[in-house]
Order: sequence, then C-alpha cells, then structure tokens
Amino acid sequence: MSADQLVFWIFAPIAVAGAIGMLLSRNAVHAALFLVVNLFCIAVMYLLLEAPFLFAVQIIVYAGAIMVLFLFVIMLLGVDRGDDLREPLIGQRPLAVILAAAFVVEIAVAVRAGIGFATMAPEGFDAVNRDGNARALARVLFREYFLPFEVTSLLLIVAAVAAMVLAHRRARAVTQAELERLGLLEPPREEAPSP
Amino acid sequence: MVRLPLVLLFSAVLFSAGVYGVLARRNAVMVLMAIELMLNAVNVNLVAFATALRDVVGQVFALFVIAVAAAEVGIGLAIVILLYRTRESINVDEVNLLRW
Repeated sequence: MSADQLVFWIFAPIAVAGAIGMLLSRNAVHAALFLVVNLFCIAVMYLLLEAPFLFAVQIIVYAGAIMVLFLFVIMLLGVDRGDDLREPLIGQRPLAVILAAAFVVEIAVAVRAGIGFATMAPEGFDAVNRDGNARALARVLFREYFLPFEVTSLLLIVAAVAAMVLAHRRARAVTQAELERLGLLEPPREEAPSP
Repeated sequence: MVRLPLVLLFSAVLFSAGVYGVLARRNAVMVLMAIELMLNAVNVNLVAFATALRDVVGQVFALFVIAVAAAEVGIGLAIVILLYRTRESINVDEVNLLRW
C-alpha cells in the first residue's frame, strides 16, 4: 500500500463519519462542527488528487468563510431548537426503501460509466502542472474561461447585495389610522372659534 | 496514486448522505448544510476526473462551484433569517405559503 492510499484510507472514513455525524446530530452547532471535519478531510483529498491550490481554497472559503456564516446564523437564531426525525407521511418508509434502491443502482451505473470514461489520459499531469498548480489553473482560467470568471464575479456581487437587501430590517410605512389606534396621535380636532 | 473508482465511490457516499440530509432534516439551516455536502461531493468528482484525464479544467470548474456555493449560502442564510423574522420558526414543514 503506497502512502497515497494510506492517506486516503485514513481520511475517507473520517470524512464519511463527519457527514453521518452531521446528519444524525440534533444540535445544529454540533452538526456544523461535524461538517467542518468533513470539509477538512475533503481538502486533504484535493491534496491527494494533485490539486494543492484547491486544497487552500477549500480551507479558506469553506472552513473559513462559509462555516463562520453558518455558525453566526445558528447563534443568531438560537441553538436550543431540537430537530425531530420522525416522518409524518403514511407509507413513506416502503416507498423510500424502493427509491433508495433505485438511487443506489443509478449511482453504481454512473460510477461504472466513469471508470470506462477515464481510461483515456492524453498527456502527463506533470506537464500541465509544470510551474505550479496555481499557475496552471490561472492559465486555463484567464485564457479559456475568462467570461465565466467575470460572470461569476457579477453573481457574487449580486448575491452580496441581495443578501443585504433581504436581511435588512425595513422600517414599514405607518399609516395615520394605525397611529390613531395606538393612541400615539390625537384625532384631528375642529379649530376652536376665535373670540 | 489512488484509483479512480475508489474516489468516485467516496464522493457517491458523500452525495447520498447529502441527499438524505436535504430530504429528512426540517431545520432550514441543516438543509443548507446538506446542500453544501452535496456540492462538495461533486467537487471531489470534478477534481478526481481532472487528475484521471490529466486536464486541469476540472479543477477550474471546481473553483467555479466553490464560488457559486458561497453565493448560494449567502442568499440562503439571508432567506432563513427573513423566514425566522416572519414566522418565528425555521422549520421547513411550516413554510407553506407558496405550497399549491
């Protein structure tokens, strides 16, 4: 067993255990921490698959930014809300078993097709990656995929503005009738006749 | 070098776990986390094929997926906060305003 395989067999079970722990934990904070474990293990997988730049991006963006956002929202909304895992629909369980079996077959077919598809490797990866993975990525990203890159940056700006607009607490327009009902405004009186 | 089928199987397991989370959990934040799990499984597949096919384009696409996932989480969590303000709850079963 080579070193690569050893690392894979150490980190893949940890990643799967993190995912399952996330699904089964009632407490949302525990689930978020399990997800962090899973994301770190996936980052190690990127390193194993000769993608060191994505390894760094995964840790910075996911573990750094996205998980902080998740934990912030969980803390903001309160952590004491337990999530019950009972199913209210009748006959859901047998249907779920049938559909899950179909899903497993589908995944197996897809994995099988993927194995056949990937046997044609045109050139060596070292030639592609010759002066660093980041530089190879940048070459492809900024030459062939420049328009998608710009569109993605536009999407990020739109998403940031939309998040601000959505979460902003708007001051609602208060009508005069509501103010009168609350007793905050005196009802209009007639002018007293001047002597 | 790890063999490709092993990595594909690994990402399939993670994706299935994410599907279960989206379908079974009722807390909206947990549903969003399960979606993140599925996106990560797809990313593992993209990077694995990039290595197997000796083409760095797969890694570029994984980068795009990460950027889009960041945007999606921002919007999704803003919607969750809005939901909590209007409904006092983030249980997705209780959100039925647009149901039929």
